[in-house]
Amino acid sequence: MSSTSTNTADILFDVRRVTRRFGGLVAVDEVNVSVARGECVSVIGPNGAGKSTLFNLLTGIDTPDAGEVRFGGEDVTGMAPELLAARGIARTFQHGRVFGNLSVLDNVLIGAHARLATTRRGWPVVGAFAEVVRALVGSAAMRREDAELREEVTALLARFGTRLTPRIDEPAHSLSYANRRRVEIARALALRPRILLLDEPTAGMNESETAEMLELILGLKREGLTILLIEHKLDLVMRLSDRVLVLDDGRKIAQGLPDEVRNDPAVIEAYLGHRQVGAQAGRSETAAA
Amino acid sequence: MTAWFDYTINGLIVGNIYALLAVGLALIFGVSHLINFAHGSVYMVGGFIGWLCLTRLGLPLPVALLATVVGCALLGIVIERIGLRPLQGAARIAPLLATIGISFVLDQLAQIVFGPDPRPVPSPLPQWTLSIGGAALGSLDLLIAAIGVGAAAVLYVFLRFTRLGWAVRATAQDRDAAQQMGVNVNAVNQAVFAIACGLGGLSGLLVGMYYNSIDPAMGFQATLKGVVALLVGGLGNVPGAIAGSLLLGLVESYGVALFGTSYRDLFAFVLLLAFLVWRPNGLFSSNRRLPPEPLTGTFLSNRRAVRIPRRVIVAVVALAFALPFATPSSYVVQTLTNGWIYGLLALSLTLVAGTVGQISLGHAALLLIGAYASALLSVNLGWPPALTIPLAGLITAAIGTLLVYPSFRLRGHYVSIATLGIGEIIGLVVLNWDSLTRGPVGITGIPPLTLFGWQLTGARSVYWFTLAVLVLLALLQVRLLRSHLGRTWRAIREDDVAARAYGIRPNRYKAIAFACGGLAAGIGGGIAAHLYSYINYQTFDSQVSILALTMVILGGLGSVIGAVAGAIALISLPELFRFAADYRMLIYGVILLLLVRFRPQGLFGAV
Amino acid sequence: MNSAMNTPSLHLVSSNELPFTSPAMTEPLLKLDQIDTFYGQIQVHFGVNLSIGRGEIVSLLGGNASGKSTAMKVILGLHKPRAGTVSFDGKPLNGLPTSQIVRRGIASVPEARRLFGDMTVRENLLMGAFTRKDRAGIAEDYERMLELFPRVKERLTQRAGTLSGGEQQMLAMARALMSGPALVCMDEPTMGLSPLYVDKVLELVQTINRQGITFFMVEQNASLALQIAHRGYVLQTGRVVLSGTASELLGDQRIRDAYLGGALAAETAS
Repeated sequence: MSSTSTNTADILFDVRRVTRRFGGLVAVDEVNVSVARGECVSVIGPNGAGKSTLFNLLTGIDTPDAGEVRFGGEDVTGMAPELLAARGIARTFQHGRVFGNLSVLDNVLIGAHARLATTRRGWPVVGAFAEVVRALVGSAAMRREDAELREEVTALLARFGTRLTPRIDEPAHSLSYANRRRVEIARALALRPRILLLDEPTAGMNESETAEMLELILGLKREGLTILLIEHKLDLVMRLSDRVLVLDDGRKIAQGLPDEVRNDPAVIEAYLGHRQVGAQAGRSETAAA
Repeated sequence: MTAWFDYTINGLIVGNIYALLAVGLALIFGVSHLINFAHGSVYMVGGFIGWLCLTRLGLPLPVALLATVVGCALLGIVIERIGLRPLQGAARIAPLLATIGISFVLDQLAQIVFGPDPRPVPSPLPQWTLSIGGAALGSLDLLIAAIGVGAAAVLYVFLRFTRLGWAVRATAQDRDAAQQMGVNVNAVNQAVFAIACGLGGLSGLLVGMYYNSIDPAMGFQATLKGVVALLVGGLGNVPGAIAGSLLLGLVESYGVALFGTSYRDLFAFVLLLAFLVWRPNGLFSSNRRLPPEPLTGTFLSNRRAVRIPRRVIVAVVALAFALPFATPSSYVVQTLTNGWIYGLLALSLTLVAGTVGQISLGHAALLLIGAYASALLSVNLGWPPALTIPLAGLITAAIGTLLVYPSFRLRGHYVSIATLGIGEIIGLVVLNWDSLTRGPVGITGIPPLTLFGWQLTGARSVYWFTLAVLVLLALLQVRLLRSHLGRTWRAIREDDVAARAYGIRPNRYKAIAFACGGLAAGIGGGIAAHLYSYINYQTFDSQVSILALTMVILGGLGSVIGAVAGAIALISLPELFRFAADYRMLIYGVILLLLVRFRPQGLFGAV
Repeated sequence: MNSAMNTPSLHLVSSNELPFTSPAMTEPLLKLDQIDTFYGQIQVHFGVNLSIGRGEIVSLLGGNASGKSTAMKVILGLHKPRAGTVSFDGKPLNGLPTSQIVRRGIASVPEARRLFGDMTVRENLLMGAFTRKDRAGIAEDYERMLELFPRVKERLTQRAGTLSGGEQQMLAMARALMSGPALVCMDEPTMGLSPLYVDKVLELVQTINRQGITFFMVEQNASLALQIAHRGYVLQTGRVVLSGTASELLGDQRIRDAYLGGALAAETAS
């Protein structure tokens, strides 16, 4: 099990022995994950392996019962999602959760919420009051920030060719499923993330849409974006990932380069079953090679 | 010491009656995940059916009891079939609103048929008394206890041993799995409604006999008490509902003993809020995490807002200003002024419920706070309305937001229940805090509107003033909606999980929304106080809250124009056309039902 | 009783009493014909064809997001297909509500069991017989269930939610059999079970199948499913990409690709 040697200074996401139990069931059992800057790491595993639970633990939706999550050197275990967003963690959701009644533009603008001066928190009550005043009256600085943001978002949407730009003012619910998922990615990019967490980005997509998404993610990778990804389409995983992590029954059963993992007997067994494929035990018919 | 035993017994007896209500609510919630806000109306109908049987038809008590149960069971079936079955695919909030509409219809029908005055209900029972440890139990007490225990036993047997009972339990636990066992869940729903409403009606008759009074308005409070008991016991938990009811009965009984009768209801709602904040899953659940309620944030169907060209809007506003010149009748002008005031309330609610998705059922309380604030400041301190009205707005914003803040962690049904409870508490506090608010007497002699020394005499000047304030606040709200705040609010409404993932703190923005809404409503209340010159705790009550919601849905949740249009449509138009004044609430109920069923996006669509 | 086909009631019959007829000879018991299914705009099934013969054990295999669970929902009437027909015993099921479909002789062992957790084991079993009116028959089958599933018998008065995963799976199967069905649909029956219970489940399926009950199993664990199945289908992103007898499928390397990636077209050899 070789992996690119990573210097601790480069490790962006460091998850140590994270555990989550639901009653008697251990959904995530002492899992370690580390993602270095610029890496693309995939998490795979059969149904019920604990991938979604792990993701929820990393994105603040759920809190681990044990273990530690460190991001950029800071302990972020159990932090709320809003706080993680402010630290540069952007995520997409399985099946895509866009704001249906908001326009494409508004959806993506929301992505930048955590980093704008306009929405800065300030003091407890006074800060909120100030934000209302800013919304009503605004200042030159605010208007400039808004204009810059809109330019940035327009450029972002242009990455998707003609898919999103002509529909920039349409409500997100009127878009096709694939376009909605693209909006989600655009929204994540508007956050200017240090790491992008993708939850099954191609779920429900057909072959050509999947291929397009693959190209997009490869492009992001080339630009140096750090990515952590859950995916089921294993050929995609092989092409995208620098490293692959395999979970089964809440535990990590393999980790390493895509090709290593693909041929790892433990992985094959986890996916296909506990007896060897091709060999027979007991009652059935002829064995085959 | 015996006094306390007395209170305990009394509390248990009343708790018994609540239990008949709450158990029905729990059964309904269990199988269909719906809080039946029409339950109190059924309870009221039960009281009247029983009264009819006992007085007009001269039937013996057992027959009257039976007739009540059967009659209300049938009513329950009708409610399920007509009001709720058609809404099966819709967002969860739709049935809640539909049941509210149904309650309006039933309440007003009863009022039309029987008149609003309370009437006594005879208790044709032999005069027995039983002494237990110094407390005296009359035959009615015993009857209620017997019915309570008997109903619980029958229900237990039904649920444990009959086929239909099993079907009910299975459906409540896992609807899909029950279907896969061959259970016809629609039939189960109907049966549950029939049973629940039958019990509710019986409860109404017993209450009528116990307090020797029934009236068409008794339903609403009953619904609220039932909901409190339901929540305390854990939504959908039938034995829990019984425990919750007994607890509620005891709390009320002791509360009344300690503080006086007018505090009775206050205790119920304080109990409600305490549970919502600390134990939203009810007494019997050990887990303090919030129950997983399906997101009801988007009641809005995915439809476009109707875009009105700016020219048209400007023209209509100009017309509105010009109107007093066109009509000599000051009556018309006054009615429209009242409409503008409600327009301010509607603005407030459309922001909170429409844009941010928090369906508040207690919004009239904000008008009340504003009215009292302005009235007290001008009457007690002699400050001019030009000062007290804006201050009232600020005070309402502050108090309203503060009170509602603990409920921000809740979602869906719980938000509505919480806001309903908070609204009721505010009304009750206003009623009971004599030293501040003059209690039930209300505030008289509120000075008329003056603007920097200029008395606004005449209907016209008041009209223009109010319209100007409305237009100003509407413009400000539009500005906010178009800003980053608007899209942030809408993001929270659409999907608060995704919103949080992008750095939006829901509590902060919900608070801002309630504060802005509180400002508008508070100002509206302040103007109303000076306009009406007399206010009391009933000037803006829960009916107004529901009316406000109907206005806002009619206009289109989230739409500023829609809010004003809805207010005019439901406040001024009926008045102007002398439109069946006695039937007003009935019509509102029907409108709400029709809207929810056929056009949930209202006139101007969702924004 | 449930269907006009005279389902044998669940007697314990010795294995040489019922000759096994080749399923290819007879009219299929359940047939899915050109099924297209959508969730909103997302298409989940593309012209899916399946047929299950009487007395067979047929497995539907596939990785995540292949559409297998939706296939189960379509059969049981929990999700309506946009095109295509589902027929049972020659008669179409399209448009019928689940409660009616189940009365025709199809029973369901749902994914993750979906027992009635607050009801006792006994009550769950009897709920399985909800569609039946013949008390004597129900009582008889109840006794048979207790014989076949001794673990269930030990826990009759316990709340179903307190049973272990494997015990729950046993109970779910028994509950399904209580309706006296001709076809039992099982959704991922081995998921989350210890190897001991996996063996038990598979053994029970075979035992009951020998008495004439047809089984349709959606299963992620291909090798397990194919051990006991007569035939299987493999779904990949909503299309049937492989089908055949269990031995044919077990020997086929392409099954591995279907699970572990690699586009599988009919012509592509691995």
